[in-house]
Amino acid sequence: MVDVAIEADATLTSLALRRAQVLHGLKFHDNMFRRLTMGAALTVLLILGGVIASLIMGSIPAIRAFGFDFLVTQTWNPVTEKFGAMAPIYGTLVTAAIAMAIAVPIGLGVAIFLTELCPYVLRRPIGIAIELLAGIPSIIYGIWGLFVFAPFLQAHVQPGLIEAFANVPVLSALFAGPPYGIGMLTAGFILAIMVLPFVASISRDVFDTVPPVLKEAAYGVGSTTWEVVRFIVIPYTRTGVIGGVMLGLGRALGETMAVTFVIGNAHRISVSLLAPGTTISASIANEFTEAVGDLYTSALIELGLILFVMTFIILAIARYMLMRLERQAGA
Amino acid sequence: MAIYDRRRRTNATYLALCYMAAIFGLSWLVVILATLFWQGMQGMSLAVFTQMTPPPGADGGLLNAIVGSLIMTILGVVIGTPLGMLAGTYMAEYGRYTKLTFVVRFINDILLSAPSIIVGLFVYEIMVARMGHFSGIAGAVALAVIVVPVVVRTTEDMLLLVPGPLREAASALGLPRNLVIGKVAYRAARAGLITGVLLAIARVSGETAPLLFTALNNQFFSTNLNAPMSSLPAVIFQFALSPYKEWQQLAWAGALIITFAVLALSIVARVLGAQRTAK
Repeated sequence: MVDVAIEADATLTSLALRRAQVLHGLKFHDNMFRRLTMGAALTVLLILGGVIASLIMGSIPAIRAFGFDFLVTQTWNPVTEKFGAMAPIYGTLVTAAIAMAIAVPIGLGVAIFLTELCPYVLRRPIGIAIELLAGIPSIIYGIWGLFVFAPFLQAHVQPGLIEAFANVPVLSALFAGPPYGIGMLTAGFILAIMVLPFVASISRDVFDTVPPVLKEAAYGVGSTTWEVVRFIVIPYTRTGVIGGVMLGLGRALGETMAVTFVIGNAHRISVSLLAPGTTISASIANEFTEAVGDLYTSALIELGLILFVMTFIILAIARYMLMRLERQAGA
Repeated sequence: MAIYDRRRRTNATYLALCYMAAIFGLSWLVVILATLFWQGMQGMSLAVFTQMTPPPGADGGLLNAIVGSLIMTILGVVIGTPLGMLAGTYMAEYGRYTKLTFVVRFINDILLSAPSIIVGLFVYEIMVARMGHFSGIAGAVALAVIVVPVVVRTTEDMLLLVPGPLREAASALGLPRNLVIGKVAYRAARAGLITGVLLAIARVSGETAPLLFTALNNQFFSTNLNAPMSSLPAVIFQFALSPYKEWQQLAWAGALIITFAVLALSIVARVLGAQRTAK
């Protein structure tokens, strides 16, 4: 009898022990997993930190050599090792401005079409098509721009532009010179075509957040479709639309391959939009592997740093705007 | 009545502009795809898939570039996916309401749309400059850096879609958190997680800029990760800008292959995602 009792007791304690062990193991694994995931989340921050740190470290020689003048000098001479970033910065801003000037109104038009006008059956397919097109690699737009679009512009559009504006004061300077085909205008056009699906699909998503009740109320008091869009949809989604546009702008500023093909890669600032120019990303893509000497490489990395700072600010604003809209929609 | 007419006219004008914008926008995209298909098909042949990239003026294919692209894409995804998934898991499960999650989400969204050429510079600095030469592994790491934010984003979004009561039920049975995530949340979100990875593959398979100065290019067949490696986008870049007809033709063929792959991946991802929401 006593033996049995002792044995039962022993199994009980060993059971309790095992139970404690298993629980401990479970807790241990859970803790490990939690730390692992947290480590991964911190790694994402680390990547960004690493990007910034490596860009700054890489550009130190150039910063030392040129200082602030780097930003306002136009010379780019690898032979004498004199570098200035003004031409690429100018090209980046001009091409992005052309792109946004075209892509934003058309993108918004497409988004309005998709949310208000399009027959219901077609909405999904057209929406999906636009999203798919936003995912096509930029090199495809580049090769198309180089072989199809640039020759087309050179033969049919640019001579017309030059002739039409020849006697208009400001525009004649903007559209001067021989029609090369490639150049800043072409790069801007290609960027516009690339950014368009992006702007359109974000705006559509943003327009979809407008509560139907608001629109119905406006229709109920007799508004036309345009008035509903103009006075209800756009005011309601303004921050979101601006956020979407900024995202598109961030993309246009940093886009490399589509531009590199058609910009002409000339380090000078020309008033004429038809002249070849360069952008920050195109300069890096074209010259980085051929750059000899530390200073040359460093100057290119500093260009990268400038681009990163520019896009970082714009993307941060964009995210902030979109976040505000999300909160508004959630509330 | 005059006001009414004017309103109607304004309405008609602006709506007509919207229709035109839609037609204009979509037609460019149709034109691009049509020329791509037309030009790409002309350059397409069996040789494209079985022969190496040729020297100037000779016939050849894109085999080494295709293999290089596959190796680096797969490796990049293999490196980037676990990291992205774990980070996304933290953000959606363990630290859903923490400051860290908020910051990581913000930074991740910025990384998601940061210019890819910057990633190339970054990896050049930390790997190529240190090792002293271009290499396939550096290319793969560059792609991984691009994969991470995509996967983080989709993982977080998909896990947030998993209903809380599922997790609560599992927790009520006494499962620790990691098993709740592994056995319940991941399973419920499986289709979405796969979608995220497919989208990431689609995203990196066309990336050119980060490869230009990490993996560089290689005219010959090479599976050596420690040496420069060829990739489709880099070859397209080099060949398209060359004056040789044969090279340009191959560039078009390569462009068609990439576009086809990217579209196919996105469509599969979309179908998977749609199945999820339908359930």
